[in-house]
Amino acid sequence: MRRYFLPVLGLILMLVSLYMVFVYVPTEKEMGIVQRIFYLMVPMGWLALLSFLLVFIGSILYLVKRQARWDALAYSSAEVGLVATTGALVVGSLWARPIWGVWWTWEPRLTATLVLWFVYLAYFMVRSFAGEESRGARFAAVIGIVGFIDLPIVVLATTLWRGMHPGGVIFSGGLESRMLLTLLVSLAAFTVLYVVLLNLRLALKNAEMVLKQVQANKSETES
Amino acid sequence: MSFLRKALAITRKDILSEFRTREIIFSALLFALLVIITFNFAFGGSQETLSVVAPGILWVTFTFAGILSLNRSFVAEKEENCLEGLMVAPMSREVIYAGKTLGSLLFMIVIEIIALPVFAILFDLPVFSAQIVTVTLLATIGFVAVGTLFSALAVNTKAREMVLPILFLPVVVPVIISAVEASGLALSGEPWGELAPWLQILGAFDVIFLVVSFWVFSYAIEE
Repeated sequence: MRRYFLPVLGLILMLVSLYMVFVYVPTEKEMGIVQRIFYLMVPMGWLALLSFLLVFIGSILYLVKRQARWDALAYSSAEVGLVATTGALVVGSLWARPIWGVWWTWEPRLTATLVLWFVYLAYFMVRSFAGEESRGARFAAVIGIVGFIDLPIVVLATTLWRGMHPGGVIFSGGLESRMLLTLLVSLAAFTVLYVVLLNLRLALKNAEMVLKQVQANKSETES
Repeated sequence: MSFLRKALAITRKDILSEFRTREIIFSALLFALLVIITFNFAFGGSQETLSVVAPGILWVTFTFAGILSLNRSFVAEKEENCLEGLMVAPMSREVIYAGKTLGSLLFMIVIEIIALPVFAILFDLPVFSAQIVTVTLLATIGFVAVGTLFSALAVNTKAREMVLPILFLPVVVPVIISAVEASGLALSGEPWGELAPWLQILGAFDVIFLVVSFWVFSYAIEE
């Protein structure tokens, strides 16, 4: 029963948020229908950040405690995070086209997301190049920590460098109440989706580790 | 011996071996000059274009030359198993970080001291100002703080020289943006006040990454 609780909750929230995005929420005056992509873009960006935070925490705990489960957490979260970051970039690009007339613009948050994407790729690359698995986990943890601490400075530098995003609207109370409600429901739906995906990936990772252990034991008894 | 004296001993060893082999400074410097000249061809000879792209050329050159010399800093240690020697020496891993960082910092400063006048002559730009020196120094500290950590990490992977730029470039994005913007302002004769926000970002990056790299360095080289 408990196994199905989160996936079902996620499904319900996702359907509600779809209804709200397409039917309930009013169309934005200046940008028109395209603005509805906002309710997909913000949750994607939020997941990219949330998963990177978990990579950061998992990395620190792995380096300090050296338990494989913390690495498994960081690794699984990084995988979901890479998907979310890619999604945020694609959705951002789709939104930029009708609004700014270009597919890509060096807007601060997009730029920072792109940098984040490259850090995630480095996280996986260093693992595959490290040879041994435990060494790869250690190196990746270093990237996870350094990359996360770097992120606020990247945002600061890129914001100072360029500026054209409708930035503070959400928090300064400039968002209409129905829009805010839709955004919150979308955020909740995607956060639940994140937890579901993370749990699935963790279960898979654990199964992989058990399988490897079994194989190692088997070859030991045979020799 | 105190922490500082041990670290200085490592720096001294690096400088001595550099004097005898002339591996890092000489080749990185030649490389830097060639990059500057190549850019000159790439952007044509017009003085107006060159003065617009000059800060970018300068920092791309220093970044590439920096990657080259940072790579060499640990590849040389690895080749004759010197790194093992350093690691069994009775001192903490942090000493190795401090010593290597200081050595790389000195090498990069020497490269910059020689490359900057050449740059000034070729592009006819006023690079000899306190502002340019400050920006260069702050940005270089940031480069070597992160670069020494990643270089130690990259040398233990399969692809070695290929890995460093892929890890290094996304993380130093804030340094590159700030250095380019601040140099551009300095070259067009703006007062210190205009440069202040960029110098603050550079300073914050330096402090944060000296501390973080110092802390995680031992995980990057332990075997």
